[in-house]
Amino acid sequence: MILHDWILSPNCYKVRLLAALTGQPLTLRAVNVHPGRDHLSDSYLALNPAGTLPILEDGDLVLGDSAAILTLLGARAGAGWSGQTPEDTARIAGWLAFAQDLSGSAGQARAIDMIGAPGSLPEAQARGRAHLRRLEQALAERALAGGTFLVGETPSIADIACFPHVMLAPDGGLSLAPYPAIRLWSRAVRALPGFIEMPGIHRLHELSPEPEMETELR
Amino acid sequence: MTDPKTDPMKDQWLPVSMSADLGPARRDTVVMGVPVTIWRASDGTARAEAEGRTLAVTEDYDHLWICLGTPALPLFDIPEARQPGRRFVPCGRVRVACSPLRAIENFLDIAHFPFVHTDILGAEPQTEVTRYKVDLRENDTEVWATKVEFYQPQASKSATGGVLTEYSYRVPAPTVSVLYKTCPPRPGERDVIAIFVQPVSETVCDVWPWMALFDDESAQADLVGFQQMIFVQDRSILENQVPALLPLDPGREIPTRADLTSVAYRRYLKAHGFTYGAELVPA
Repeated sequence: MILHDWILSPNCYKVRLLAALTGQPLTLRAVNVHPGRDHLSDSYLALNPAGTLPILEDGDLVLGDSAAILTLLGARAGAGWSGQTPEDTARIAGWLAFAQDLSGSAGQARAIDMIGAPGSLPEAQARGRAHLRRLEQALAERALAGGTFLVGETPSIADIACFPHVMLAPDGGLSLAPYPAIRLWSRAVRALPGFIEMPGIHRLHELSPEPEMETELR
Repeated sequence: MTDPKTDPMKDQWLPVSMSADLGPARRDTVVMGVPVTIWRASDGTARAEAEGRTLAVTEDYDHLWICLGTPALPLFDIPEARQPGRRFVPCGRVRVACSPLRAIENFLDIAHFPFVHTDILGAEPQTEVTRYKVDLRENDTEVWATKVEFYQPQASKSATGGVLTEYSYRVPAPTVSVLYKTCPPRPGERDVIAIFVQPVSETVCDVWPWMALFDDESAQADLVGFQQMIFVQDRSILENQVPALLPLDPGREIPTRADLTSVAYRRYLKAHGFTYGAELVPA
């Protein structure tokens, strides 16, 4: 599977992350999106008329939308990544749509603030804040019901779809400090075996044993 | 706050755009709080205006540089950039809500590599910054740090495996830093990696990373992506540094030996009166 990728894109990172968590190898092809705008070149528009990344090529199958790619990789991974019941699969679809809203709000704020994308930063931030509050409420209710992840007992593509834009919200001037349930969920996602980082999303350094502690134990 | 009308930074060359992005359409940008309009005239030359005045401009290293006042010096020279066979990699601008001086200071720091650029530019437990040398050159107009050695798991896009990398750092202007580092494919040469910092205000800057490499293998997109990855790992750290303005008063913070370059940079800023983006030192 070839992933046409940009290291700073949250939507590309979703795919890299899910692939890493589920052990599905990807061949990465870096695209010079900024400053090159190569994703709008004729050859890339032929591959994906929407002019966006990521693009996944798997034989004859070409997918130019991150939700579609997550759906494919999640279905292949099994083990609940795409939902164990019809109800959960539908709930996951709802979160995939919510992730698109995050992309158009917190994600847009980040693009405006960081690389000068067009648009109104205060308006994108206001929309992003509203979405973060919705997510906080949902995760807090899940936590009260004993759940860690957005849908079901195990992580699913719903978590992976929402995670990058939420974690990168501070890049667009949106603090995550007011959202304890989101922070707890972020810890759970980052603690998953096989977790990988992207610039702006850090691994759980604080969980590694300190060198002195190791010495003492020896 | 420092008055941009009197700070000597107004007489420095400051980057405002990649040359490739400059076209006939006028574009607005901000330098030291001053709105600046830039464009490329029909004769191919770059133009800049601010407050109804025509500004001095120059183009080099794939970027457009403007001067709000009267240029104190010609644009700094990077002789290595004239060597045949180098590839030039402008990486586009990244805005950071931090002092332009803090962006430079962070670029000069090695000690954070294992913690911020984990498994790329550094890794625990090899965190020690060994003794290196710092001096002022070019009539005290440049800060240099040399013989900086550090173990790096993946020193560059072309590196395969960990190497002990040797760095030299150079500050040829208050908002420019150039580093020279071991070039894995050509051991006799040094890769050149720079950041050109546009001071938008005292607490906001646009950073234009740029590289001049010997690398015939990597795709341009890979090289750009590698540098963007490194720089954006720093961004959230920079935006959370306190105080926002760079302290120049030596009593304000306690440096360690690994901070020699930073100490020299702060002294150089103070000696030249570059206080735009710095905390004012009580007289």
